[in-house]
Amino acid sequence: MSTSTHAPAINLHGIWAIYRFEMARALRTLWQSLVTPVITTSLYFVVFGGAIGSKISTVGGVGYGSFIVPGLIMLSLLTQSISNASIGIYFPKFTGTVFELLSAPVSAMEMVVGYVGAAATKSIVLGLIILATAALFVPLQIVHPFAMLAFLVLTSVAFSLFGFIIGVWAKGFEQLSFVPALLITPLTFLGGAFYSIDMLPQPWRTVSLFNPVVYLVSGFRWAFFDKGDVSVGVSLGVTAVFLLACLGVISWIFKTGWRMKN
Amino acid sequence: MDVVLSVAGVSKVYASGQRALEPVNLDIRRGEIFALLGPNGAGKTTLISIICGIVTPSTGTVTVLGHDAQRDFRSARRAIGLVPQELSVDMFETVLATVKFSRRLFGRAPDNAYVEQVLRDLSLWDKRDAKIRELSGGMKRRVLIAKALSHEPDILFLDEPTVGVDVALRRDMWKLVHRLRAKGTTIILTTHYIEEAEEMADRVGVIDKGRIILVEDKAALMKKLGKRRMAITLQTPMAAVPSALEGWSVALDDEGKTLVYTFDSENEHIPILLAKLGELGIGYSDLETHKSSLEDIFVDLVERKDAA
Ligand SMILES: Nc1ncnc2c1ncn2[C@@H]1O[C@H](COP(=O)(O)OP(=O)(O)OP(=O)(O)O)[C@@H](O)[C@H]1O
Ligand SMILES: [Mg+2]
Repeated sequence: MSTSTHAPAINLHGIWAIYRFEMARALRTLWQSLVTPVITTSLYFVVFGGAIGSKISTVGGVGYGSFIVPGLIMLSLLTQSISNASIGIYFPKFTGTVFELLSAPVSAMEMVVGYVGAAATKSIVLGLIILATAALFVPLQIVHPFAMLAFLVLTSVAFSLFGFIIGVWAKGFEQLSFVPALLITPLTFLGGAFYSIDMLPQPWRTVSLFNPVVYLVSGFRWAFFDKGDVSVGVSLGVTAVFLLACLGVISWIFKTGWRMKN
Repeated sequence: MDVVLSVAGVSKVYASGQRALEPVNLDIRRGEIFALLGPNGAGKTTLISIICGIVTPSTGTVTVLGHDAQRDFRSARRAIGLVPQELSVDMFETVLATVKFSRRLFGRAPDNAYVEQVLRDLSLWDKRDAKIRELSGGMKRRVLIAKALSHEPDILFLDEPTVGVDVALRRDMWKLVHRLRAKGTTIILTTHYIEEAEEMADRVGVIDKGRIILVEDKAALMKKLGKRRMAITLQTPMAAVPSALEGWSVALDDEGKTLVYTFDSENEHIPILLAKLGELGIGYSDLETHKSSLEDIFVDLVERKDAA
């Protein structure tokens, strides 16, 4: 049999093609991708910052309006990462164009880097835009800017990976919105996005510690105000474990072809 | 013989329990046009999907240009372009963007001149900035072909390329296939239009119920299996075949007005038969010979298999 030369070990063109495609998709739907979350965030400020903030003046020495900023960003970050990444991979499965991805010389990890990289990029940009929007409403301080960025990136990547898994798992559009709406939003609201879990009576404070979002919000808040509900090391650890767990599930998906291939 | 693609013991049982392919062995030669013929549900798309990496085989291996399609999937897949049976395209993309996307996805650096040439060859250049959802079905199929050709594959799969395509586009497509072959591209196509296989293919494979029941050079196949028949229109109808013609494969048709002679391509004795008719004083007013098409052969084969 005749042979041809070997392909390069990494298909950088392939990764770039997927990344660009996904970014172009966001630009086409710029309205949904960016404007909607900005408006939603502004509404949160009006309701929580304005109405409730006038009753609660400070939390742990931080003005209530400022206090909710990290939680607000987290809320958008989690839901948008999941919905971006899940639609990114679900849509080709839905329309059938996934045949091209599956037949391309693109490894599983390259596909993940393309899709998750694009989803995470969008989330990071979104987080920064919400941050800028927030700065219009409340005075903001960021004590640990690099840690803030690190949490922003880490969370975006972790939840984009999670979204990718949901996109592979989903068999219909309802299922795509199911997890963000019924799992992530409640967990975020109960995860101290708008209050410190110290404010909760027992046993709810202990129960809250089983909610992984508590650690994300706490770590992020620590980066802003130098204080969180749990220590920053624990926050970082939980985020990293979640990220690794998602990576593990994804490699299993590609090894078995689960819901991707017949 | 220069084999570019080798399928060895490939079988498929879908998760539903459906046996789509029995273990299949098939070698494709460099530069040939290979037509895979078979009725609905025979396993054509399944076989192609396994070769292209879309479906995981239950058993067996695929080797593309010497590369194992699973272990060395990058080198194997880079060499392959696939035009699927279904019209699956990104509706919101433009024609140009989607073809450029495919090229990169398959690991090739951008090459605007090449992409332009492909689009021109498929009469898509004028539509390059159109959104795909604005195109007609035939145009969408061309876009799929352009995508499959975008990375300059050595082997091109066309899964029922001319379904739902008008005569003009079909002719364009045949021309394109010939042009690609002239450039050395190996082409494997499945089709329901047997005249298409007859017109284009160098070799023909017939698949039925997940089994390849025959692979043969088209010409040899036509010769070997092609039955021919000659209809002799008689001047006076006959009630029965004259006993003098016993031993000849002749029969009466059309209420005795036509005498039908069937023979193999390799075994014809028309002059002798006609002389014999002359001896017997049987007058005839017309002669018509008919060569069986690939379609007849195909139906014959599948039916014979079903009967067995
Ligand atoms: N995803 C699937 N899950 C279960 N069974 C399948 C699947 N895809 C195909 N089959 C079954 O496998 C068999 C072969 O199907 P395949 O699509 O390969 O046939 P085909 O020769 O391409 O037919 P057609 O000419 O209609 O395109 C059929 O019985 C079909 O129902
Ligand atoms: Mg088919």
